[in-house]
Amino acid sequence: MAIDPSRVKRYAHGSRVPGWDEAADLTKDPAVVPDPATTPVPAEVRAAIEAHMAKYPDIRSAAIPALQVVQDRYGWCSPTAIEQAACVMRLTPAYLTAVATFYDMFETVPRGEHTVYVCTNISCSLLGADRIYDEMLSAAGDDPRFNVRAFECLGACDIAPMASVNGEYVGPLETADCRTIVDDCLAGKPVLESKQLRYRKAAGTDGGP
Amino acid sequence: MKLLYENIDEPGLNTREVYERRGGYRMLRKALDMTPEEITAQLLASNVRGRGGAGFQMGKKASFMPKGTMDKYLVCNADESEPGTFKDRELMSKNPHMLIEGMIIAAFAVGANKSFIFIRGEYQHPADILDAAVAEARAAGYLGERILGSEHTLDLVVHRGAGAYICGEETALLDSLEGKRGNPRLKPPFPANQGLYQGPTLINNVETLMNVPIVISMGGEEYARIGTATSTGTKVVSISGCVQRPGNYEVVLGTSSRELIFGLAGGPPEGRSVKAWFPGGSSAPVLPGSDEYLDLPYEFDAMAKAGSMLGSGAIIVIDDSIPIVDVAMKTAKFYRHESCGKCTPCREGTNWTVKMLERIDSGEATPMDLDIMQSVCDQIIGNCLCVLGDAMAMPIGSMIKHFREEFEAHIELARERAGLGAAIPQVNRGRQAGQGPMLAPADTDPTPAVA
Repeated sequence: MAIDPSRVKRYAHGSRVPGWDEAADLTKDPAVVPDPATTPVPAEVRAAIEAHMAKYPDIRSAAIPALQVVQDRYGWCSPTAIEQAACVMRLTPAYLTAVATFYDMFETVPRGEHTVYVCTNISCSLLGADRIYDEMLSAAGDDPRFNVRAFECLGACDIAPMASVNGEYVGPLETADCRTIVDDCLAGKPVLESKQLRYRKAAGTDGGP
Repeated sequence: MKLLYENIDEPGLNTREVYERRGGYRMLRKALDMTPEEITAQLLASNVRGRGGAGFQMGKKASFMPKGTMDKYLVCNADESEPGTFKDRELMSKNPHMLIEGMIIAAFAVGANKSFIFIRGEYQHPADILDAAVAEARAAGYLGERILGSEHTLDLVVHRGAGAYICGEETALLDSLEGKRGNPRLKPPFPANQGLYQGPTLINNVETLMNVPIVISMGGEEYARIGTATSTGTKVVSISGCVQRPGNYEVVLGTSSRELIFGLAGGPPEGRSVKAWFPGGSSAPVLPGSDEYLDLPYEFDAMAKAGSMLGSGAIIVIDDSIPIVDVAMKTAKFYRHESCGKCTPCREGTNWTVKMLERIDSGEATPMDLDIMQSVCDQIIGNCLCVLGDAMAMPIGSMIKHFREEFEAHIELARERAGLGAAIPQVNRGRQAGQGPMLAPADTDPTPAVA
């Protein structure tokens, strides 16, 4: 039997490999360490990054914390954000871009301000995480204020199926909770407070499950 | 017997005041009166093994550190990303000072003056608690220069990662901590000789370091009496998946696995039975839910003998309502996503395994694909810089080994559903991977499965 060619997903350029749509300009020189005179960096961003740099014997160790600082401020690792971090750290933007593209928690395209990581790894999916993820997508997937992602194991299988909403672990989730998560985020309230992990007692003790 | 979990839910245990009232930081004073050699000897005598996955003896690892004055580092691996593992999260967020105390003692034993806790970026709440605890410890003089009037100086930095499973591998963790992409390094040199910033580095898991004050308090030989001869002490076991009471349970090593799954965690939901279980996180080969395996003592050697491993001590229970192909798919997709891409066997092998599993699910596979999948897995094991690829190959291989019939039934069913009819005569059925070229015997009709 023949494989139906329409089933093979292809990008606009005809390849099955992404990333060829925006070809790099090979005639251009690579970006150098940004010049502080022409790269304005907000004072608090600079102070935060320099505080991180001071903690390590080698300042490059502050690459991840520095990217976190600029991502928190600009919502994603935009070229400007990376340039500012590179300017403070005296590194090339390429170095920081290489780091930012490696790690899952850095966004290299603009995303919504509310981050929802739904764990879809083994323990959670055994208990219906894929259903929760679909429900979360239909509740907020199209909302530009939200960044809903299926994430690998978040290390909270005791409250599976769970999600991390703006860094706050909540679970065990039911499909109806997805709507509440969206409402709580938009209202600026603590998310799904009754199901937050931080209030949970250790298993097997009084008050535990 | 509870050592780490004794007062775990006491309100305010994460503050220095309550921790000290519970006897905290007393072992640090005792350790500072000992010599570093004495502490290492106690750790060796205790036979405490690494709780992060590899199960290497902590005392031995510490004794590999070179002596003399140089920049040495201690790194606590709190990147807990192994699917099914969540013990370090609970330990750090509820009892952070015990980790700090353990780290100060361990740093004193190996002569490290700079230490880091590499915590995964997703753990924001535990990292905030650690930050506060470190500040408290520094204010009280437990960290900084000349700790409690001794000659020992130690600085501690809580470093947050940014989401990459590979950073739990010790050399990838070091690269990440140096501000690079988290790619593993070639070993040797091992981190004890050339680790962070090229200096000698001791890397231990959170739970391992938290056992250090306990070893000092009980004495190494006394500690070694807990548990079995080769697996000493207690272990925090994370039990999750299809069980009624998921959570962390601290047990003495050597407790029966049945007691853990059915006794503490309550077993699978009513009317279901255990089909399979991961004994040590998703990287450990699965074991079937038969009595033969459930009656095994939960300790390092028994698990290794049964063809699996204790790993990080995370039991994931799979009940009989879950198709094993789905579990294999989830596992393989996870490792495909997390492979850093440095070594070809892992990068390509994880990708092809997922593709073949997708073929099985869509009805394009034949049972021969199971052999191909097995051979892909065999080609990964031992051929990469780190064990991420092995960590996919071993559980997938074990699933094919223990549940081959279910895989074959799944293939047949999927083929029927896709209207492709029965698979070709299974000429290679039962063939062991690595037994020679994968060709049909000459007298059979080599009809291609997919034309």
